[in-house]
Amino acid sequence: MSVHAYFARHAQTLVGSLGRIVHHPFATLMTMGVVAVALALPLFLNLLLSNVRNASGNWNEAFDLSVYMDKKAGAERTAALAKQLRARGDVAAVRVISADQALKEFRDSSGFGEALDALTDNPLPDTLIVTPTLLASSPQGTDTLKAAIAGMTDVQTVQLDTDWVKRLHGMLDILRRVVLLTAALLGAGVVLIVGNTIRLDILNRRAEIEVMKLVGASDGFARRPFLYSGIWYGLGGGLIALILVAVTAGVLAHPVNELAKLYGSQFHLEGLNFATAASALGVAVGLSWLGSWLAATRHIRGIDPT
Amino acid sequence: MIRFDQVYKRYANGREALSGISFSIAEGELAFLTGHSGAGKSSILKLIALIERPTRGQVIINNQNTSRIKPRGIPHFRRQLGVVFQDHKLLHDRPVADNVALPLIIAGVPKREIDKRVRAALDQVGLLGKEKNRPLELSTGEQQRVGIARSIVAKPALLIADEPTGNLDPELALEIMKLFKRFNEVGVTVVVATHDVHLIEQFGARRIVLGNGRVTDAGERPAEGDGAIIEARRP
Repeated sequence: MSVHAYFARHAQTLVGSLGRIVHHPFATLMTMGVVAVALALPLFLNLLLSNVRNASGNWNEAFDLSVYMDKKAGAERTAALAKQLRARGDVAAVRVISADQALKEFRDSSGFGEALDALTDNPLPDTLIVTPTLLASSPQGTDTLKAAIAGMTDVQTVQLDTDWVKRLHGMLDILRRVVLLTAALLGAGVVLIVGNTIRLDILNRRAEIEVMKLVGASDGFARRPFLYSGIWYGLGGGLIALILVAVTAGVLAHPVNELAKLYGSQFHLEGLNFATAASALGVAVGLSWLGSWLAATRHIRGIDPT
Repeated sequence: MIRFDQVYKRYANGREALSGISFSIAEGELAFLTGHSGAGKSSILKLIALIERPTRGQVIINNQNTSRIKPRGIPHFRRQLGVVFQDHKLLHDRPVADNVALPLIIAGVPKREIDKRVRAALDQVGLLGKEKNRPLELSTGEQQRVGIARSIVAKPALLIADEPTGNLDPELALEIMKLFKRFNEVGVTVVVATHDVHLIEQFGARRIVLGNGRVTDAGERPAEGDGAIIEARRP
């Protein structure tokens, strides 16, 4: 058989199988719909996750460093250090909180007022709140700045308050795994759904497969149209899933952006990008193909002409 | 072409359909398998088409010992024969042309060649012009001829038919049998199973009579590989 004939035959089967599933629009749409819902859920969770990541990335820019001065430094040297820091290229702003100010704030907010009165000395140091420039806000930038300030005279400790970010990232990591697990489960669901649809299709066309086998068709030949049906189910289901997610993102975009504005954030809800959409479609087709392959291989082998 | 050697066939339900069958059919021969229903005609055809396997004994088709053909090799083996069924076994959702083309599509014949050969096969059975009809729009006799066109379209050297005239009135049946006779005249080995003794009496061909899973009359048996002797003996 020539290569040309080979491709012509595959193209014929491909179009033929499309014709057949279009012939039963309701059943076909049902199957594609189930595939679409199973795919849309992990896609949507993934979209949510990447948006939360983007949002937390935005907040990263607002990291401040707390610089605690040596108790012996005194107000003048603190002011001098503040001036020196302001002159740095990677510092955007420095705010000075004197020890007295800090104690007053602590007394007001903590409720330990009386206990603090028992102290003869103010235990709190002078503090500088250093805001890095946007450019220096990367993890390396803040680390460099932190190290530089820690090495200066009169500085006791520098604290970079990243704990909450670490916690957030920890939560995002768990969420990411949940998304992966959900995707894996629903992906297996797609394989089973398509496999079952193809199985019923094969049972309905049992007589036809028998005839084909009687006149010399191999299992592979009899299986081919079903594999193409599987590909169509995946393609259709994948496209519907993308539409569902795009519509959901579209519905949510406005209120989310409004909310972000209230928080003074420039955050915008990102829709699906082309690469994600394309790979989602690829996965949909691959899973459906696998489902149809498993079902067709197994059930066509079981059909023997009598 | 066909040789059965002490063939037994016992089905899973315990019924023994063939009890030590031996006969052979030479290349280019036309042979009728006759006998009452249940005598083993269908079982023999099923063994030839590898739809069933013998319980014991050997079936040699076209110099191939069928017991050596693995399941994977069955499709390729079946492409060497044409099979006609009593119930036609047509695909009802496809037009006549597609039904006839099926063996060629399976064999990977190019499309243009397929169209030509399908028309030639339909011409031979007198159905030219019915390519686009669905099988159910045709009469039973016409449906049977579609089945016959499908069985010969790939030009097999061996044609087997199981009760091809079972559902037809005598006139149509005779017409169908004449078709088989004509294929035989161009060199195809033809084996037809039928219980219609009256019909085949009109043909001067060999009759293999079966009864209770045994050959009761092997007919005029040709010498091995020599079809000419048979020709000479025929009336």
